[in-house]
Amino acid sequence: MNPTIRDGFPGWGPTGFPESTAYGAGFLTTDNAGWRERDPAIDLGRCIGCSRCYLYCPDGAVRMEGRRPEIDLRFCKGCGICVRICPKDAIAMEARQ
Amino acid sequence: MTRDLSEQEFFLGHKACAGCGGSLAVRIALKALGERTVAVLPAGCMSAVGFNFPQLCFGNNAIISTFAGTASMMTGVLAGLRARGEEDFTVVGFAGDGGTADIGIQALSGAIDRNDDVIYICYDNEAYMNTGTQKSSLTPFGASTTTTPAGRVIRGNTSEKKDMFGIVAAHGIPYAATASVGYLDDYIRKVRTAASIRGTKYIHVLAPCPTGWGVGTDATVDYARRAVDCGLWPLAEFRDGEFSLSRDMTDPGALPEYVRSQRRFRHLTDADVEHIALARDRRWEQIRRDWTVPGA
Amino acid sequence: MFLSGNEAFAHGVRLARPGVISAYPITPQTTVVEKLSEMVADGELESDFVHVESEHSALSCAIGASAAGARTFTATSSQGLLYMAECLPYAAGGRFPIVMMNANRSTALPWNIYGDQRDSMLLLDSGWIQAYAEDGQEALDLAVMAYRIAEDPRVSTPFMVNLDGFHLTHTYEIVDVPDRGSADSYLPPYETENRIDLENPRNLCFSAGPEFNTAFKEGEHRALLRTRDVVAEAEDGFLRAFGRGYPGLVDAYRCDDAEFVLVTLGSVSGLCRDVADELRSEGVRAGVLRIRYLRPFPSEEIVSVLKGATAAGVLEKDISFGHAGAVHTNVCSALFSGGVSIPVCNRIGGLGGANISRSDVRRVFADIARGERDVAFLQGGPA
Repeated sequence: MNPTIRDGFPGWGPTGFPESTAYGAGFLTTDNAGWRERDPAIDLGRCIGCSRCYLYCPDGAVRMEGRRPEIDLRFCKGCGICVRICPKDAIAMEARQ
Repeated sequence: MTRDLSEQEFFLGHKACAGCGGSLAVRIALKALGERTVAVLPAGCMSAVGFNFPQLCFGNNAIISTFAGTASMMTGVLAGLRARGEEDFTVVGFAGDGGTADIGIQALSGAIDRNDDVIYICYDNEAYMNTGTQKSSLTPFGASTTTTPAGRVIRGNTSEKKDMFGIVAAHGIPYAATASVGYLDDYIRKVRTAASIRGTKYIHVLAPCPTGWGVGTDATVDYARRAVDCGLWPLAEFRDGEFSLSRDMTDPGALPEYVRSQRRFRHLTDADVEHIALARDRRWEQIRRDWTVPGA
Repeated sequence: MFLSGNEAFAHGVRLARPGVISAYPITPQTTVVEKLSEMVADGELESDFVHVESEHSALSCAIGASAAGARTFTATSSQGLLYMAECLPYAAGGRFPIVMMNANRSTALPWNIYGDQRDSMLLLDSGWIQAYAEDGQEALDLAVMAYRIAEDPRVSTPFMVNLDGFHLTHTYEIVDVPDRGSADSYLPPYETENRIDLENPRNLCFSAGPEFNTAFKEGEHRALLRTRDVVAEAEDGFLRAFGRGYPGLVDAYRCDDAEFVLVTLGSVSGLCRDVADELRSEGVRAGVLRIRYLRPFPSEEIVSVLKGATAAGVLEKDISFGHAGAVHTNVCSALFSGGVSIPVCNRIGGLGGANISRSDVRRVFADIARGERDVAFLQGGPA
């Protein structure tokens, strides 16, 4: 399953075992958008859909919709690996919106 | 699906530094292994950034072990799931260089000795990065760390990087490989190969740490490639008692630039860099003599 | 059957049918794991016996197996217990109901393989239930009860059963071994939510920062306190299933009207009761309070037994250097909180297997009767 951001911390209980250190997998309460100083922007006109940006992203922030990459800015830390890995220079870091 | 990877993300929302090579190694291996994977991670970077309740970043079953106990906990998880009658699952461990080559080597050796059916992945960022870049036995010669600083008398780490791949192979392990986050297709192929073999498997993946190495956050993949290309990190496999090289050294002349452009090595003298190149050359002489080399 | 303490314990473990056993050899624990290996090899026990390469791995492996939802067993002693020490609070914090037998043995230096209780006392604060067996029968019965108590969802806490090294582990006695059928109905298979689940994945053994940490730790503490009731229920059930009863966290002998009470634990208790009988025949109102569970600590029971006494003493096989024995410290703390103010001397005996003789125990009672309050060592000597 994809870890997902839940609506706040609901308290003890998803495992039915409130005192143990076991909890439902992929339970997120925060994103990482605040870490980023610059935003990656994809020029889809240049993109060839090779999926390298998706593959090499340490944060799993790029998804492929078919051959079209989409960046989930909630999880992008702005490292810039996608910019360097792109064989067509289709990604650039821009001033944060 | 790209390269037959799961479309799901199993390691998302973690608090690793931007550009972290270790998190890339974990993310890709889990996508290659799929959802019925149980990940065991010792105290270290990946557990520290992935398991801070209530921010739990693994989408699959995942558990933190003691620092020394990655492999022994993997054995326990394997035995426990089998005792419950489970058959269709994979147990994978992700430990750093210190967790593998220093404090965890005894438990790893025990698991290989028992030939427990698990995949142990060492993500090697060449120092204890979680605690602030202290020397491990996989820190390369010359590297400045917070415990091997570049001083006036001693210039960084004085010992050579331990040969974990050789040590693991000497156990007669069914499968071992070296990999790099710079060459993910090769890494994914090795993770898949490991998953197809019964018994203990070991994959040692070079995973640069921009914070500890002193390179840009966008340069992780680039350095992971250059280490391979200049011959400092040979990509190889060990199977059925034979070593085989996965990829030849393509750019031996790039070694000085690879070394000098990293902050951890910037104090090195020409003689130090020459020492690193000579050690690399001796290693490759042995590789070309003893291993199967493509095209040779 | 005529069995050593270790063999009796192994039979108890067999009846509990753990799915995973992981252990590393150390004297005087070895014969319990040898016996279990034999049972597995002969098909009497269907279990995965994992030959780990250290005690740290033994408990780490047991934690992994318990986290996978399996019933697990390990055993160790002395240096081995200390080597696995990191994993003890880990198992307790993770609320994994692992059962471990510890063969109580002295700790180096000087090296010594014989019995005392300094090893387990060092781990008293690790979050485990700690019980001390007196004889082979109790050892076997505790092995079975330990799983029932540890795995109770109100408890879900690991359980360390202590057997005095050699004095109990290697002494042969006639022991009744229950049949498998009654054991199976007494101890149902282990089921828990606190585990890896392939259909409904979990993240386990995580970090919890300052905002949540206390909640987890307080939960651990409350579970250990709840163990008191669960022990009583498990013993009632045991009596019904096997016809043998146990008295709860403490075993009070002739304490009802006792003026002088000797508090002790483990295999030396029988000798202490003999001496109390002797003293009774001489007109001294002596009693013996044997502590069976050190965690949870039987504070209420101790206060209720000692509040009528004139004086008491604690005889134990350990010392917290620079202070007193751990049992004495705990007993005195319970008495103080319970408003009981009587002199309690502390006698440290049996270190490194030193003999505790009948005359030693008589001297301890004499010290109690004199109202001594000091800490002193019994040097041991001929029986």
